[in-house]
Amino acid sequence: MPEEATSSTFASERLHINKGAEETVRELLRSLLESGKVDAVLALGRTGNGSGGVAYSLFRDPAAFEADGDAVPLLPFMPANAGGLLSRLTLEGALDEPVAAMIRPCELRAFVELVKLSQGSLDNVLLISSTCGGVYPLDADIDGRLEEKLPEYWEGVARGELSDDARPTCRACQHFVPEGADITVALLGEADLDTECTLQLNTERGATFASEVEGTPISEKPKSEAIDRSQSEREAFREELFAGVGVGLKDLIHTFGRCIGCHGCKTVCPICYCHLCYFDSQNCERPTGYYEGELVRKGGLRVPSDTVYFQLGRMAHMAVSCVGCGMCTDVCPADIPVSTLFSKVGAAAQAVFDYEPGRDVAEEIPLRTFEEEEFAQVAT
Amino acid sequence: MEEQEFQPAIVGFLCNWCTYAAADSAGVSRFKMPPSVMVVRVMCSGRVDPLFVLTAFFLGADGVLISGCWPGQCHYQVGNLQARRRTALLKSIFDTLGLELEDRLRLSWISSSEAPRFVRVVKAFDRQITDLGPSPIRDELFL
Repeated sequence: MPEEATSSTFASERLHINKGAEETVRELLRSLLESGKVDAVLALGRTGNGSGGVAYSLFRDPAAFEADGDAVPLLPFMPANAGGLLSRLTLEGALDEPVAAMIRPCELRAFVELVKLSQGSLDNVLLISSTCGGVYPLDADIDGRLEEKLPEYWEGVARGELSDDARPTCRACQHFVPEGADITVALLGEADLDTECTLQLNTERGATFASEVEGTPISEKPKSEAIDRSQSEREAFREELFAGVGVGLKDLIHTFGRCIGCHGCKTVCPICYCHLCYFDSQNCERPTGYYEGELVRKGGLRVPSDTVYFQLGRMAHMAVSCVGCGMCTDVCPADIPVSTLFSKVGAAAQAVFDYEPGRDVAEEIPLRTFEEEEFAQVAT
Repeated sequence: MEEQEFQPAIVGFLCNWCTYAAADSAGVSRFKMPPSVMVVRVMCSGRVDPLFVLTAFFLGADGVLISGCWPGQCHYQVGNLQARRRTALLKSIFDTLGLELEDRLRLSWISSSEAPRFVRVVKAFDRQITDLGPSPIRDELFL
């Protein structure tokens, strides 16, 4: 695949398909495998013959995408941020054979950030995404309960509304229309998504790979009414969410007072890519003398210590690239709204540098570049 | 005891090629200045990881001074310009979280020949930190 496949000179095409969205996606992924255009498809799958958990998996057998196959490509669930998984697949260079990935906009943006950080390659990865209606938190699928929520979920998506049970981060998301996907599946606000579907082919690569899909090219513009409405609804919820986390030292101590120091938020964070985190390193293994020293210095100390220090350090390192996927909040055993804090700090920091993570792979990460003349007020 | 007893603890990350030499020169010249700056020599202001600044604050610093070469004079071409971005980022984080640390972090350009300027910067920053008082996180147990 040529590197410039994602070039913006390609005029996007829209295909109308007389089948439901689920069926269209399954058929598209199946045809990619059957025609040999891709070597494998990365998509969600139900493990354990459909009764177990949900995990991202690489599928090579087209049968997985039959209606009763193991793959569940549109399941509103995020057991891991696939951006991090794609980085793992392409860390040592581009894949030899093309792989298609069915992922959500925040996963795509995380992957783009990781590519910028030299942690992966976009070459030979066909990115298929959708206008996103959010996902449910991980605990929604205990004992397969997620299936019961699906009818309500899809009715909501058809109306352009998010379920109240979706991840709070999703309900506050500002980037649910994928940027940089080769193929976008229109889901949000598509009233007839049971019976028809629109695929938007954004790149030449997308158009080439989807050439076997039978559909009618249409010229009409994408419906933006539902998207716009969702945008403003989510914006309002985001403000509510941001206002709900107190700032200031006292509130921060209050928020992280519950932290058990498990570092799970860092483990699931797609942007935290370091193989050895500073906070897991020997530098942060406090010797006994440290506790005694702190006792003398300030007369007491929280144990485990360094909870706020850890989060601040993480913010300083990756908040400008935070894509707000919500994995951290979802896995937090102490129910700390980690993602809300990161989104809030990230939004402010990104505004400082006029930067939007995942927008464009050609855009440098702010801390890896500089202007000769800028921030004159910072250096005094 | 009076408030004026407060002696700020300032950690100064000074670039080996400029400010460190200026500080040395200020000492040799016996310029008078407050004894509040604890110097950490770094090879470049660009070596200062934001974590260094956070670590200083969490270990009880009342202020952090990062000082490097003037733009265009960096020994490594652009390390100081990267330091400026990191400082802008840290100030933004402190501001968003309401930590009241943004005025306790200062980035200055001081060349090796500017010993008097070094003294002026240290005096002014010492005054500023003294007026602000002890850092709010200095004696906070639950961090």
